[in-house]
Amino acid sequence: MIFPKIKVLRSHGRQAIPDLDAVALTSEFRGRPELSEAADSAEQSAVEQAAALCPTGALCAAPLSIDLGRCLFCGECARKAPRNIRFTNDYRLGSPTREGLVIRPGDTHVAFDMTRVRPELARLFSRSLHLREVSAGGDASIEMELNATGNVNFDFGRFGVGFTASPRHADGVVVTGPVSANMVEALEICYDAVATPKLLIACGSEACSGGLFAESRAVDRSFFERHTPDLWLPGAPTHPMIFIDGIRTLLGQKKREQP
Amino acid sequence: MKYLITDNTSGAVRLEDIPELSYEAFYDDLAARLSEPRYHVAHYFAVPSGDRMRFYCLLLDDAEGRILVTSHAMEYYDATALPSLTARHAQMHPFERDITERYGIRFDGQPWPKPLRFPADRYDRRSSMDNYPFYTMEGRSLHEVNVGPIHAGIIEPGAFRFICNGEQVLHLEIALGYQHRGVERAFEETSNRLRQACLAEAVAGDSAVAHALAFAEAIERLTGCQRPAQLDRERAVALELERMAMQIADTGALSTDVGYQLGQVACEALRTMTINTTQAWCGNRFGKGLVRPHGSNHPLTAEKSAMIRRNVGEIARRYEEVRHDICSSPSLLARFEQCGVVPRDEMLRIGGVGQAARASGVARDIRTTHPSGSYAKCLRHETIVEQQGDVMARLVVRCREVLQSARHIDRLLAIYEEKYAATENPCGVPDYTAPLQPSTLSFGLVEGWRGETCHVALTDAAGRLATYRIKDPSLHNWLALALAVRGEGISDFPICNKSFNLSYCGHDL
Ligand code: SF4
Repeated sequence: MIFPKIKVLRSHGRQAIPDLDAVALTSEFRGRPELSEAADSAEQSAVEQAAALCPTGALCAAPLSIDLGRCLFCGECARKAPRNIRFTNDYRLGSPTREGLVIRPGDTHVAFDMTRVRPELARLFSRSLHLREVSAGGDASIEMELNATGNVNFDFGRFGVGFTASPRHADGVVVTGPVSANMVEALEICYDAVATPKLLIACGSEACSGGLFAESRAVDRSFFERHTPDLWLPGAPTHPMIFIDGIRTLLGQKKREQP
Repeated sequence: MKYLITDNTSGAVRLEDIPELSYEAFYDDLAARLSEPRYHVAHYFAVPSGDRMRFYCLLLDDAEGRILVTSHAMEYYDATALPSLTARHAQMHPFERDITERYGIRFDGQPWPKPLRFPADRYDRRSSMDNYPFYTMEGRSLHEVNVGPIHAGIIEPGAFRFICNGEQVLHLEIALGYQHRGVERAFEETSNRLRQACLAEAVAGDSAVAHALAFAEAIERLTGCQRPAQLDRERAVALELERMAMQIADTGALSTDVGYQLGQVACEALRTMTINTTQAWCGNRFGKGLVRPHGSNHPLTAEKSAMIRRNVGEIARRYEEVRHDICSSPSLLARFEQCGVVPRDEMLRIGGVGQAARASGVARDIRTTHPSGSYAKCLRHETIVEQQGDVMARLVVRCREVLQSARHIDRLLAIYEEKYAATENPCGVPDYTAPLQPSTLSFGLVEGWRGETCHVALTDAAGRLATYRIKDPSLHNWLALALAVRGEGISDFPICNKSFNLSYCGHDL
């Protein structure tokens, strides 16, 4: 039965994005926020209202800042205080340090401090990187986005980056979700099973900070006290381009402006 | 009066109006009703208040579109065991197990008295993930296969234990709880309604719209505000877009598991196109942020409506080609047909819902039986039912639903373009502060792509959200997966699993 297949193929056409480094997302996409200091008391009170509404406490009114590691990119703060908070569609949100995720007035990009990246990472993994993903309370959207990094459109595999089933075959672990207490042991065992030298990536705002569940008794963040990620990727969920950009920058294949 | 009778278009109900039966009366009546296929339990949970424990039950009547609400109560420290309804109606098992696990209330004769999700505030602190009492069988020719909690792919965790005779699966037991994050408690601990809306979206991220919608409906019932019809229509568009995206994704996942690469890549591309359409509308590929109580932050515009109609038409056309190719490929049919069968009476017995139930000849679809919003007005929704109950039937239901959703979206947007294209935001803006009626029970009942999604909210005397209970359709349907693989080769497990694609986090909460 070849004719139906030819039809599918013809409609399918060419799907791969030709240049992953040149992707621009739709203007609706909420990526890196831009902040400006409140100029008067009306603006200041708008910012304070926004901070009170923020579902995760990512927004701090004084001094004004947004912690992307907690932000859900719901965009409500920008509606409350449109003159001081604006979301751009910039998806280059990853950072090698947790502090790098904090955005302050005037910041025009998320800092990517290459001096804080272990120098051997580029040498070891830039030609082939295989990751084991562990979902520890992830809500399935973020897992689907990570799957999507390897699909026909993004095809991250073209750079030798992919996901593998066994931690024994993996060069590192990607953690999604706030780390539920019921999963913490399995996560630890899995991370332990990956041979050194290895990478650790916290993917999604929930993994970075616990997100909505930061205070939940059912969540156990001790894993991140024992191990420090090499890369922090915000997002709820993390768009495939945030992941791709983060890994490529980490491995020195792509440059981010320096302050 | 044994029940307070309401439906999916009426408002919230006051707690004092809900009848309180003796457990015997409750048991007898429910046991009799559940013998009829028209009834199933949408939710049954216990709420401690002071020194009493009150149990609420929401029973759905598919034949007349009614929702029957009732309750029974006992003293908090009363240690008598209640006769188990599960013993007579297996569909009660997750509810009774949940009540036992949270509050230590025993159900006498419960045939499957096992932990459900190991919540942080469980009654018995000694029960833990590590000592889950798996069912075992003796026999020299039998072996066990344990899978999980971490699975091979990029998916959520859960432990599956198979008992096999050679290649053949005799029994599968699914132990969940690894994803438990304390969602319900997080709802109750905050009064920030935006935070609650975000929590609803995180219950199961692949059903963000369905859960956000159930939350919004529950809240809007509690505030007593009327919704503009256009808001209902936009929400229905969002819900159907989510359905399309996920049914296409699962068609692709099934294709992957049988090595049908053409279908896999075609569906991946089509899913990308669907979720990018959602993203171009609201900025998030999963529709997070789209549904908010009382209004919308992302009202449709004429351009967006035209863009959605154009994309959806194209997706439906191309998806239909994939469907046609699947149905004309004997090698695929050989894998899908008569694999993982759940017969109709089994599905009824365990209280299955949604797409999986419809594939087994059980016509349960909230959009038809308990319509609200646009489904009650401008859409003529027909339930899609297949009879075989195998992987193929579940796939065919998905295929037909994608095309049906595309038609619904087109119809809803046509109405919008005719009536409102020139009006700026006819939906109004979200409201996070409207006061809630005190001492009231309200619910949101939505047919998500997996099936019946039910949120129940109870307020206290001060009008605060005191109790919030969530039921994802997966709670019913996990057992269907366990039954589907009985007698199958273990190598067919992946396609059985994908044909259901149930939620772990929606179950574990
Ligand atoms: S976009 Fe981020 S910072 Fe703003 S309200 Fe939402 S979670 Fe808070």
